[in-house]
Formats: sequence, C-alpha cells, structure tokens
Amino acid sequence: MSDLSSLTISELQTGFRSGAFNPADAVRAIESRIESVDPQIQAYLARDFDSALAAAEKADVSLPLGGVPIGIKDVINVLGEQCTCGSKILAGYKAPYDATAISKLRAAGAIPFGRLNMDEFAMGSSTENSAYQITRNPWDTTRIPGGSSGGSAAAVAAREAFATLGSDTGGSIRQPAALCGVVGLKPSYGRVSRYGLVAFASSLDQIGPFARSTRDCAAMLNAIAGKDPRDSTSLDLPAEDFTAGLGRDLKGVKLGIPKEYFVDGMDIRIREKVEAAIRQCESLGAELVEVSLPHTEYAVGVYYIIATAEASANLARFDGVRYGHRAKNPTDLLDHYRRTREEGFGSEVKRRIILGTYVLSSGYYDAYYLRAQKVRTLIRRDFTNAFEKVDALICPTSPDLAFKIGERVNDPLRMYLADIFTIAANLAGICGISVPCGLVEEDGKQLPVGLQFLGKPLDETRLLGIADAYEQAGSQEILTRIP
Amino acid sequence: MSSPNLDVRDVARLARIELSDEEASTFQSQLGSVLEYVEQLGKLDVSQVEPTAHAAPVFNVFREDVAKLGLERAAVLANAPHAANNLVIVTKVIE
Repeated sequence: MSDLSSLTISELQTGFRSGAFNPADAVRAIESRIESVDPQIQAYLARDFDSALAAAEKADVSLPLGGVPIGIKDVINVLGEQCTCGSKILAGYKAPYDATAISKLRAAGAIPFGRLNMDEFAMGSSTENSAYQITRNPWDTTRIPGGSSGGSAAAVAAREAFATLGSDTGGSIRQPAALCGVVGLKPSYGRVSRYGLVAFASSLDQIGPFARSTRDCAAMLNAIAGKDPRDSTSLDLPAEDFTAGLGRDLKGVKLGIPKEYFVDGMDIRIREKVEAAIRQCESLGAELVEVSLPHTEYAVGVYYIIATAEASANLARFDGVRYGHRAKNPTDLLDHYRRTREEGFGSEVKRRIILGTYVLSSGYYDAYYLRAQKVRTLIRRDFTNAFEKVDALICPTSPDLAFKIGERVNDPLRMYLADIFTIAANLAGICGISVPCGLVEEDGKQLPVGLQFLGKPLDETRLLGIADAYEQAGSQEILTRIP
Repeated sequence: MSSPNLDVRDVARLARIELSDEEASTFQSQLGSVLEYVEQLGKLDVSQVEPTAHAAPVFNVFREDVAKLGLERAAVLANAPHAANNLVIVTKVIE
C-alpha cells in the first residue's frame, strides 16, 4: 500500500468506502509520518495513537468525516486531553469537556487527534511565542511556519495530518496557511461556536479548518458550523452545504482588487505571484474590478487596541485559583495573583495584557478603546461598500514570505505588521480563505505564497467555490508537492 | 521610544502582574512604539461615527431560565492547583 499520509480527506474517504484501506490504516500512516518528521518540524505538543486507533476501529465510514483523524490546535478543549494554549500557566490542565466544534466533528465521524503547537494564547504570528517548542516551516526548517496556528498549518503541510483545526483572531489561520502552502479558512464571525475555544479576543475569535484542498475545508466547515446555545454569538441560520459551490469556473464572478492591499514595501516576488493569480482568475472567467478599502491603514492599530483590551479581560480568569499554575507560598492574595501571572505568562501575553489594561483604563478609554471601536465601524463600512460592487475580494494573504526563526522576536510592532492583510476581516466579521498561489526561491529553498479571497459575511459557500476554482487551476503544484 | 503617559509598572499592578526590572524597561520601550503607531487613529474624524463592539448582528440573546447540570465536581477539582475535602483551597483572604 502506498503512503496514505499524503491523501486528501476526499481521497481517504473514497478508499475507506471502497475498502481499499481503513481508518486504522490512516491513523497508522499518520503515526509513522509523525515519528519520522516531527522531530524536525515539532508541530505536535501531544498525541495519543492508542486512543485514535481505538476510535478508528469503531469508525463509521459512511458519516461525512467518518474515520478521518483531525489534529487540533492546543487552544480548543477535547475531553481528557491537555489544553495548554501554548502557555506554562495551563501546564498539566486536562480539558473536562469537549468544545462544540469537537462534539460536532465527532458527530460527523471524525477522530480528534493530537495537540498542535501555537503562539501562547494565540498571540503571535510565528508560533515562536509557544512556551514549549519552536515549530519549523516544513519548506525550510530554519524558518517560522507563521502563527498563531503554526502547528496546525505545519502539520498539514508536512503530511502529519490530513486536516486540522485552528483559530483566527487576526489572521492566525490564513497567514500560517499561506506561509506553509496549505488551504486555511476563517469562517464569518458567528458561523462556528466558540464554546470550548479558550478566549483571546471574543469579538474576533473564530475556529476554522486547515487542509490540502478547499473541498476538504468545505467538508470540515459542514461538520463544525451551526448555532450553539452555549455560544450566544453563534448565529441561527438555515442548514447549508458548503460544498455546493465547488467544481465550477469563475464565469460571472466579480472579483474586487483592493488597491490598498498592493502597497509599496511588500515583497515584490509576492506581488508578482498574486498578480499572476489574479490574471489566472480572469482567464477562468472572473471579471476584475478595482475597489478601495480606504481605512485599511488603520486596521492594525484598531486591532491591537481592541484585541488587547478584550484579552486583558479574558485572561483575568488565569488567577491560579481554580485551575492552572499557582505561585508557591504567597504572602497574601495580591502576591498570589501577581507572582502566579508573572511566572505563568510569557512576554508577549504580558505585553498585550498590559496594553489592553492601559487602553481600557480610566482617562484613556475614550482616546484609545472607544476611538478604535469607531474606526472599526469605518473599516466594516469599507467592506460593505466594496461588496456592493463585487462578489469577493482577491489580495495577498501576507506581505512576507516565511521569515527566519528569531528574526522578529524583539520587535513586536514589526511582528504585528505581518498581519496587515488579514486583520481587517476579523474586525469586519467577514469570511476569508488562503490558498497557495506560487513558490519563491529564497536561500536555495522554495517558499510558498498565499492568495487570499475575502467574502461577504456568511457567504462561505460562494467564497469556497471561488477559491476552489482558482485552486484547481493554480494551486495543484504546491498542494501536491511534499515539502 | 517611550510614551509620556504609559507607566508600565503602574498598569502591570492594575493587571496583577509582577514584572522584573528588565521586563518593565523592555515593555516600556516596546509598548511606547506600539502606542506611537496607534496615534495615527487620531487623524480620523470619528465624531459622527457609532462604535462597533461586535461584528455579528445579535443582541440580548435570552434562553429559558432553567437550571442545568454543570460539570462533575471531580472533573472540576482535578484541575485545581490545591484541593481538599471536595473544595478548592485558596490563598488566605482575611487578615
């Protein structure tokens, strides 16, 4: 039998249903691939092959994701497994329940498997902020995989998983997908329940899939989407088949090119690949329209006020009382809190809690937080106006190729600017997807470039259809190449 | 770069985080640069703009006021840093 680890979910299911191989074979293929490459890649923080094999033996392959093992970012609770969020403060924590996205994956027959590395509490763009290990980009192991869902992206690229779940607060699915040469989808805000996703910035966070095809991402979204009484921001919408728009061309599709996303200073090689992809979409029948999102330059500033403000409130729960790390021998309660949080949190998390506390503090609230919320309105309005003229936007996912490990760790602002093309989608609550659109040679290695499509709120079916049409024509060389 | 109004030690005290001298000085300069960057938001006239707190059009989501079972006590206590007699043991609060 040839190596199963490189198959897509659709190919895997065809094999399961024809009896060519079974889910236990798939788990064993992933196991042997992880054993051989994860010592270099370091995508996984934990994995339990025995329980995955036990689940595979009982799997019902007639279900939509029957018997498919799915890797999980270590910020989403899976009953009985660790959920460290890449932080020392949650070392030893075992999830007492399943996140709704996990219950839904199980109901669709999937096997949640393994815990994937990430920037601590999803704060970062390189996965270097993990308290546990540095995940490496499979295309060049001296480089970062992107972040914060770097483990989820690297595992899919390195064939250590067929598909994974990540979370996207400012680009944490799309940017690592771009840098690792895989497909990553951020659903619209409210599409997927956040229950059981450890909160970073509650008005921006959304769970989404990574896979080696748009079709697989659509199948994953079919499984995890839907209203959940446990997340009051999840939306009650008619059931939808997100694969319904796949397999078409782009005739009659209007794609907007936001001029602010083609700025001086971005890597010219990325620009060339993205522009070539845009021409390819035109040749597939798309009509191209230049649009403007005039408040784009403010998105990073708005994001780092709103996201840190929300984080400072959300992370107040890590107080060393009910779970997680507690400082030894505190002199009093204040000392207990302060040393617990000093010892448990890493630098980036402390930086963001301090910034968020500052922008919410008396005397600065109006100047920073309220003003940022108002500019957020302007950013949303930019998208609403653009989507009156076009069906979706097409642009780069990241202004950078994967950068070297260590290159930006001491320059937080420069690290924040890596998210410049992804952040606005979270502020506006729209959906977005990154698909590979080219390889650029750097230091003798091939590095992937990501193409981003942004869709209207809750327009995932169309967004996935557009991404699939491009992917069939333009991404295959990268998606089928094992880095 | 340092912001005149940001005192990292004072804010860290509000956020209940102890900081080493080295961290305080590094954060003071790094967050100064970030605050300087976000000053650009001041260029916009937002006097006529409503704030957006949330991207989803949902407000006041209610459910029936019916008691439901929570997590098992043992499952909750298993994660407590210090537990005994079916209780979480906390740091002394009363002098």
